[in-house]
Amino acid sequence: MHSLPDHYGTLMALWTGVPALILLMSWHLLEGPVINHLLVAQLPAEIQAGDSAQIQLAISKVHNLATGSGLAADASLMPAVSHLAALNERTLLLNSGIALSLCLICFAATYRRIKPELRARTEMENIVNMLLLASSGIAVLTTLGILASVVIEAWMFFQKVSPLEFLFGTTWSPQVALRADQSGSSGSFGAVPLFAGTLLISSIAMIIAVPVGLMAAIYLSEYASENVRKYAKPALEVLAGIPTVVYGFFAALTVAPFIRVLGTDLGLEVSSESALAAGLVMGVMIIPFVSSLSDDVINAVPQSLRDGSYGLGATKNETIRQVVIPAALPGIVGAVMLAVSRAIGETMIVAMAAGLAANLTANPLDSVTTVTVQIVTLLVGDQEFDSPKTLAAFALGLVLFISTLVLNFVALKIVQKYREQYD
Amino acid sequence: MTNSKATNSKTSTEATTMTTTNLTTREKVELSLARRRAAETRFRLYGMVSVFFGMLCLVVLFTDIASKGTSVFKQTSLTTEITLDSGYLGINKDSSIEDIRFANFEGLIKRHFAKSVKPKGRKAKRELFKLISPGAAWQLQELVLANPTAIDSTVTIELLMDDDVDQWFKHDFGNDVVDNGRLSEQQLAWLMTWIEEGQLDSHFNTLFFTNGDSREPELAGIHGAIKGTLLTLMVTLILSFPIGVAAAIYLEEFAPRNRITEIVEININNLAAVPSIIFGLLGMAIFINIFGVARSTPLLGGLVLTLMTLPTIIISARAAIKAVPPSIREAAYGLGASKNQVVFHHVLPLAMPGMLTGTILGMAQALGETAPLLMIGMVAFVVDVPGFINDPSTVLPVQIFLWSDSPERAFLERTSGAILVLLSFLVVMNTTAVILRRRLERRW
Amino acid sequence: MQLIENHKTTGIPLSPKAKLSARNVDVFYGDKQAIHDVSLDIGENEVIALIGPSGCGKSTFLRTLNRMNDTIDICNIKGEILLDNENIYDPKVDTVPLRARVGMVFQKPNPFPKSIYDNVAYGPRIHGLAQSRVELDETVEKSLQRAGLWNEVKDRLHAPGTGLSGGQQQRLCIARTIAVDPEVILMDEPCSALDPIATAKIEELIDDLREKYTIAIVTHSMQQAARVSQRTAYFHLGQLIEVNPTDQVFTTPQHELTEAYITGRFG
Repeated sequence: MHSLPDHYGTLMALWTGVPALILLMSWHLLEGPVINHLLVAQLPAEIQAGDSAQIQLAISKVHNLATGSGLAADASLMPAVSHLAALNERTLLLNSGIALSLCLICFAATYRRIKPELRARTEMENIVNMLLLASSGIAVLTTLGILASVVIEAWMFFQKVSPLEFLFGTTWSPQVALRADQSGSSGSFGAVPLFAGTLLISSIAMIIAVPVGLMAAIYLSEYASENVRKYAKPALEVLAGIPTVVYGFFAALTVAPFIRVLGTDLGLEVSSESALAAGLVMGVMIIPFVSSLSDDVINAVPQSLRDGSYGLGATKNETIRQVVIPAALPGIVGAVMLAVSRAIGETMIVAMAAGLAANLTANPLDSVTTVTVQIVTLLVGDQEFDSPKTLAAFALGLVLFISTLVLNFVALKIVQKYREQYD
Repeated sequence: MTNSKATNSKTSTEATTMTTTNLTTREKVELSLARRRAAETRFRLYGMVSVFFGMLCLVVLFTDIASKGTSVFKQTSLTTEITLDSGYLGINKDSSIEDIRFANFEGLIKRHFAKSVKPKGRKAKRELFKLISPGAAWQLQELVLANPTAIDSTVTIELLMDDDVDQWFKHDFGNDVVDNGRLSEQQLAWLMTWIEEGQLDSHFNTLFFTNGDSREPELAGIHGAIKGTLLTLMVTLILSFPIGVAAAIYLEEFAPRNRITEIVEININNLAAVPSIIFGLLGMAIFINIFGVARSTPLLGGLVLTLMTLPTIIISARAAIKAVPPSIREAAYGLGASKNQVVFHHVLPLAMPGMLTGTILGMAQALGETAPLLMIGMVAFVVDVPGFINDPSTVLPVQIFLWSDSPERAFLERTSGAILVLLSFLVVMNTTAVILRRRLERRW
Repeated sequence: MQLIENHKTTGIPLSPKAKLSARNVDVFYGDKQAIHDVSLDIGENEVIALIGPSGCGKSTFLRTLNRMNDTIDICNIKGEILLDNENIYDPKVDTVPLRARVGMVFQKPNPFPKSIYDNVAYGPRIHGLAQSRVELDETVEKSLQRAGLWNEVKDRLHAPGTGLSGGQQQRLCIARTIAVDPEVILMDEPCSALDPIATAKIEELIDDLREKYTIAIVTHSMQQAARVSQRTAYFHLGQLIEVNPTDQVFTTPQHELTEAYITGRFG
């Protein structure tokens, strides 16, 4: 017997529900843009002639008016408003009607096929497998979505600003002038100070996180007693679970003032948004990341190598430094690369504790800005979609995405190769 | 003769034993011991210092935030008796809700204090009224709305004080910092009188948990942010759990071992390490601009966080599936079950605890996430508590970010308080995950 | 099968010119006792083979001889092990010089992920045995020659040790051990991972090494024990059943358990 009664039932349910559900979902996703497109035609001619920002503004006004939340009633928009109301009513009717009839048609079609010969289980399983496949496709779609969004916007940015200027220019001041004819109205988009600032802060973070994380991992896995390990390891991991916004708050309101006071006492000039404060706190955040990755890597070194070294009369630290670490080196390099990628992509700590001033400096006591800070600054608040200021954020996003992707990709490859070596 | 040299030398071992030519192996080894023991002790010490440093950071972080934040749970108010004069307010028991809302409670409070304190001159009056929070009028209004029969009676009420008074009373007064520069001498004198009469005191701060955001620190609460967070996480959970589990099942059980599957796997691993802010860019360019999802809503936040947490969930769900021993699969196949039946009836239930743990950890990650939500407009100043996933709202971490930027001392306290609440959420989630893992960590 | 009560080792466990002597050794893993009251001498310049069925404690016993069991937290040892009449379990004894004197070769070849040269030079370097580069080079060459590997690797001393074949790797590990100039070498089934030709080479090498070193070898193969050792000790469930000259053990075993094992009734 190939199928049980409930297989037929499940098959019916799947055929009835799934197509309609897919239809409703895609309808919902596409409805907005289509309606907006239809609305544009109803807008007053002078707005239609204007640029896309104006049209967008008008459209959102229309939406607000239609839901009753808009205030200043603009008579010229009223045709569009009533058109929208009508459209909304019509689409609601239309899509529920279509969805319902799709349900019925599919139901009927499947019902007619229900016969003892129908391999309901096999067919049901195929549908389920398709759904599973679609789910894993979402991850790929996400990557494509990221690529598409940053690449397209970045490409639009590079239409206005040359990629060479962006990558090698040393002045960053994205403020767009108020009047179009003003000189330097496009702002200046040399991103080198941002890259340098990102590197400076990440380097400070790594200087803290790599030795501390690595030594903590070594101590916990090779020296600490069972009891110490039982409490110290989860305690360190708590550091990784603290939201970055909390670290940011700590960096901006506790560490930065502390460093400033300390520096002033030593006669140094410390900016209140020093790179050091952000870097230190970021380093602390990354410690557990480095230590848990190194811990995995160190534990993967076979005991036989340690035995070989102890058997020759080596001390623990000789064994660790001269046998275990060299054996684990590829894995540790991979772990550090992942940590670097994490440091350069970290946003909240720098957004709260580092400054906005695009200084090109290597002095950790100065204020610097980073790629992520600028993305946040450029995009939070009001945006017009085609101003170079907004687009610049996507160009920065592209740089960030590519660099972290390369780091991760290489690091994961290294770690994987390393694991296979000792499997 | 060479002992001291060997002990102190930090140069290479070859150099250390330069003068030990005629010694036996055993003697040479003995000679090296002191130096090597010292190196061992040093190395061990570095390790201990590193672990200690990590723990110290944790302790400092928590104490710092707790010391700044615990005072938020107290709010200073003034217990006073006030007559709800119907003549002044122009309302009576039978007035409509509309009328009560428009009644001049603020004026009533001013009149009450002008009478009882008797400030001299306009300036003094202004200073006096500044001590009372604008929230006091709202308190009276709520009282009347709840119980219209109270009109024309004299009620005892704990009136909210302004944040400057609140901060002064909670932090400076007890520590003998009488003048913190925010309050005038006259104001301080009034406050001292109220304290002597036992009227001014601090009580549990319920408003912090029941109010939305506000420009007035003493009125600002985290209810809106918590509701927004819950709605956002709900969307995230509903979307990411089934999709993540389905993807994991496919990749682990059904996917053919070929190039494409390999690419999908690499892609998922890499996606897990993409900076979260990039997901914000994605949300902006795709969800807002192409699909027209409304900005600042939990729906949009949930969509973005779903994409962000999916890789985490898929990876942990795959690990959970992998941990199910082949013997169970073989037993089911042996009974003639189809692949789907094996997976859904046997593997999935056994892998579920592991998947749930991974999902909780993914949700904890989403709960603390801030950066991508900034990009998609959840930084808006939202006073109202969101009702559903399509209302504009903010989330707890973003609220923290917003408040941390405010200069008022009272907002600093509120930021820390909100952090404490956020951290306790995280503690609950992580503890659940740990307990779940402990209880269901079964070895076959 | 059960432990024999009040067992006394059959044969001649003691030796007049003992290098290493175990006296009433008990070994525990947590609550489980792995070795029961073993007393055994290992004489100078002899090769003693420890044989017995799997899990009989022969490897555990071997690892107590240079305190390799110290690396296992739950492992406890009672009794004495004397190296030149000094108890190596005395709290004052440091495992570092002890293991320099009592070296060990393991079941699976475990060259370090370093060059061939650095593998052999590792011991002399950490112990500070060579005072110059030249001397170190000499030690490396001498050790590799002793281990019969020199001719095969002299042109690629700086190639990674892990790139050698299994048998070469094991000889590299032996070279690494003798580079420290130990007095005793413990070998824990050194040929179990090797093919017959590589095994033969190692066995030859063990025979050569006897001139200079005292060797204890754990082996699963009775033929190997017969080929390389002068005395053979038979372990059973953590007890030392019989110790006798090798040819006697394999021709006329005194204890019935030994006989049962030799004739293949269990193993």
